[in-house]
Amino acid sequence: MGKGWCLFFLFWPIAAVVSCAMAPFVGWSFPYNNAQAASNLGIRIDDLFYIILIVTAIVFVGTQAVLVYALWRGANNREERATNIHGNHKLELIWSIIPGAILLFLAIYQMNIWADFRIKKYYPEAAVKDPLAEVTARQFEWRFRYPAIGKKLQQKPQPDDLYSVNELHVPFGKPVMIQLRSDDVQHSFFLPALRIKQDALPGLQIPVWFEANKPGTYDLVCAELCGWGHYKMKAHVIVQPEDEYQAYLKNLTQKQFYDGLGKIAAKDTGTESEAVEK
Amino acid sequence: MTTLNPSPTGLQPILNPQAHHAPGNFITKYIFSTDHKIIAIQFMFTTLLMMIVGGVLALAVRWQLAFPWESMPIVGPWLFAAEGGQISPEFYTMLFTMHATVMIFLVIIPILAGTFGNLLIPLMIGADDMAFPRLNMLSYWFMWPAIACFGMSFAYAGGPAAGWTSYPILADLAQAAPGSGTAQTLWLLGVTFIGFSSMMGSINYMTTIINMRAPGMTFFRLPMTIWGLFITAILQAFALPVLTAGGFMQVTDRLLGTCFFYPSGLVINNAAPTVGGGQALLWQHLFWFYSHPAVYIMLLPVMGMVSDMLSCMCRKPLFGYKPMVISMSAIASLGFIVWGHHMYTSGMNPAVGMAFMVATMMIALPSAVKTFNWTATIWGGKVEFNTVTLNCIAFLSMFIVGGLSGIFMAAVPVDVYFHDTYFIVAHFHYVLFGATLFGVFAAIHFWFPKMFGRMMNEKLGKTHFVLTFIGANGTFFPMHFLGMQGMPRRYADPYLHGYLEHLLPMNQFMTISAIVMGFAQILLFINIFYSMFFGPKAGRNPWNATTLEWTTPSPPGHGNFDFIPMVYHGPNEYAVVNGNKDFLMQTEKESLPANEAVATNTLDET
Ligand code: HEM
Ligand SMILES: [Cu+2]
Ligand SMILES: [Cu+2]
Repeated sequence: MGKGWCLFFLFWPIAAVVSCAMAPFVGWSFPYNNAQAASNLGIRIDDLFYIILIVTAIVFVGTQAVLVYALWRGANNREERATNIHGNHKLELIWSIIPGAILLFLAIYQMNIWADFRIKKYYPEAAVKDPLAEVTARQFEWRFRYPAIGKKLQQKPQPDDLYSVNELHVPFGKPVMIQLRSDDVQHSFFLPALRIKQDALPGLQIPVWFEANKPGTYDLVCAELCGWGHYKMKAHVIVQPEDEYQAYLKNLTQKQFYDGLGKIAAKDTGTESEAVEK
Repeated sequence: MTTLNPSPTGLQPILNPQAHHAPGNFITKYIFSTDHKIIAIQFMFTTLLMMIVGGVLALAVRWQLAFPWESMPIVGPWLFAAEGGQISPEFYTMLFTMHATVMIFLVIIPILAGTFGNLLIPLMIGADDMAFPRLNMLSYWFMWPAIACFGMSFAYAGGPAAGWTSYPILADLAQAAPGSGTAQTLWLLGVTFIGFSSMMGSINYMTTIINMRAPGMTFFRLPMTIWGLFITAILQAFALPVLTAGGFMQVTDRLLGTCFFYPSGLVINNAAPTVGGGQALLWQHLFWFYSHPAVYIMLLPVMGMVSDMLSCMCRKPLFGYKPMVISMSAIASLGFIVWGHHMYTSGMNPAVGMAFMVATMMIALPSAVKTFNWTATIWGGKVEFNTVTLNCIAFLSMFIVGGLSGIFMAAVPVDVYFHDTYFIVAHFHYVLFGATLFGVFAAIHFWFPKMFGRMMNEKLGKTHFVLTFIGANGTFFPMHFLGMQGMPRRYADPYLHGYLEHLLPMNQFMTISAIVMGFAQILLFINIFYSMFFGPKAGRNPWNATTLEWTTPSPPGHGNFDFIPMVYHGPNEYAVVNGNKDFLMQTEKESLPANEAVATNTLDET
């Protein structure tokens, strides 16, 4: 009877290991069919993930196996009474020091990635000097504000700023930085393909940088509960070569400032910007 | 009286066993009782009732994820007639908010501290009751205003809709969400009431354990259960006031416009709140300063109980009693400085994130030590596979998974990806459902004879266990995969997003597992109610266990002990030669056989 229970407890770790091993092949792993992260930092995060996965997998298999084996022996124990041990100093030292060392290694190992990711001192200089856009989260949409072509993003909205909703265009192969804000409640800027996530806090402006390394259209979702429409904050980030990106900005300028006469005019100011023939 | 083993020097008669409280009529005996055992039973039935409520809410959440926007069977047309039976997104938000609230504040915390704390503390330390019996009664009765507040908040449009974490601005300004009106204020009041209840309990437990131990019951002879409950009470007492203060600030924000948590310049629903000057991040710090320790409040008592139960069921002393106590204390004290690991993506200073990360990594260590010690306790034992043992092993097996997934989340860069996805939901369900609830199931089966004087049914118990174990793994393990694929939590309809479209079948599989698990709980209830009245009578010590509660009659009368017990050694002396028995009660004076006690007992000081 006891042995049956041992098998019962053996079955499920096996099922867990098998399903985890299958995961990358059946698309249960990272998004877009286990695609490699679309940013260089994301690739480093994935590597860290796999290191932890290997460590935990070994520990998982080891501990579950020992558990089931101990049970198996306990079920077959024909002794009159169990062994009377209260502890074992040496053993306990060993199994505190080894996991301690592994955990400390993991802690130190990942510091660089975190620093590169979030500590402003380590941000790529070019991206910090010339932020790509301001991203404002609202219930329940994403708004983007780019500076006019050839200008720099200003803290306050400028008359010639370019706007779009739920579609962010980004050139690839170079680090870019956005300024993240929220107009109302908390939201979170989550780009699964790039492994980027940052909460948008009302009242704060948080710089987020990333470098997309593969052209494509990626989902941008909201990861912080922001009300009943939380699940509907559906936007896309379109990563494209620099020239296509510039063309997009031009097109956006045209659409936004088209005065109906074939000229584009800077909004509100009345002064004509360099006219671009339609 | 077989196991009481009275020794003339060891036992002193209690002078006036009725002095504390005489059982009066039905009302003072069973309703407004000050007897800790009755209060424990009251807590147990109340929390089990709440478990049904929380479970139904969970199944409703799961229904929406498996069959989005389809009318719920049976209750759908009746509950949401207006929406044509559909769950609306507002209602979905309310569902998971209330599911979590009920499970945490009305099930797990009170079933551990309320039920087992009340039942076991006086019995296991040899006291006749709690230090403050009347405060104890109040701590039970303060659950009801909380239940009433939570219950009423369902009635207001949208219900509380900001998640159980109640993050501002969503929770702080009534304009921010349909459910952020009166319902949210009621929710905050409910949390405050349940906070009062826990606070009264923890003061009582600390005082009782410190002051009312029987002669000979030194701190290092306390059963692990008591250690778990003691450390939990300390955690509660230090952490809870912070949440209560935070909650109070949120209530004044809502009702008096104090603006602790919202800055100026917001535009919500096209209207701008006139004032501001606060900071939303402040709430997160206050909230997690309580709620991170709270996850240990939901775990440490179970760790203690499982230690005692495993050692009894394997007939072996607990492996490494002192390291177990030390690691519990380490978990508790580190628990106070790791709250920031819930906030890696929140926008707090990233340098602080590193400090929190190192502390969090270190907290994994004592947990690992405990896991190894439990396994070593089984090693070389004579394992009896009854319902109690099975649930304890499920605790251990699932705690390993929950602990390991915690390492991913402790690693800041990886957590940035996993935060607020289903990976997190997987992790805390492995810990809270997988570990805590299985431990609670084991404890119910183990101490049931002490509560009601009768044994529970083994066949029903094992069937309940198997179905729950399969259902739990089927429901919660795939959540790791959902998280990996980047499915955010709290989404009423994840399939709206292209990269998540293909997840529907997986979610349906999980929902079916959840339904199996939910229905399995009916067996537990049948077992409890059937066994209360018809189970085989239990003697004083049906498990041949060693701690003090088993020297009392089942169920113990008022004042618990016939004599003030005298304690001679540690709590888990199994596998010792003691006449024809292999265990020593804590009250038995015989010394341990010299060769075994000295040769291998390096850590026990008895
Ligand atoms: C039948 C068993 C259970 C099922 C099927 C279940 C299911 C779920 C689901 C689907 C969610 C996710 C909602 C979302 O974020 O989208 C959830 C959240 C949660 N559950 Fe459970 N659950 C169960 C038992 C428990 C238990 C026993 C606890 C005890 C502590 C618990 C605590 C929580 C918490 C804290 C959340 C987080 C809610 C939030 O997002 O704020 N659950 N549960
Ligand atoms: Cu949002
Ligand atoms: Cu959101």
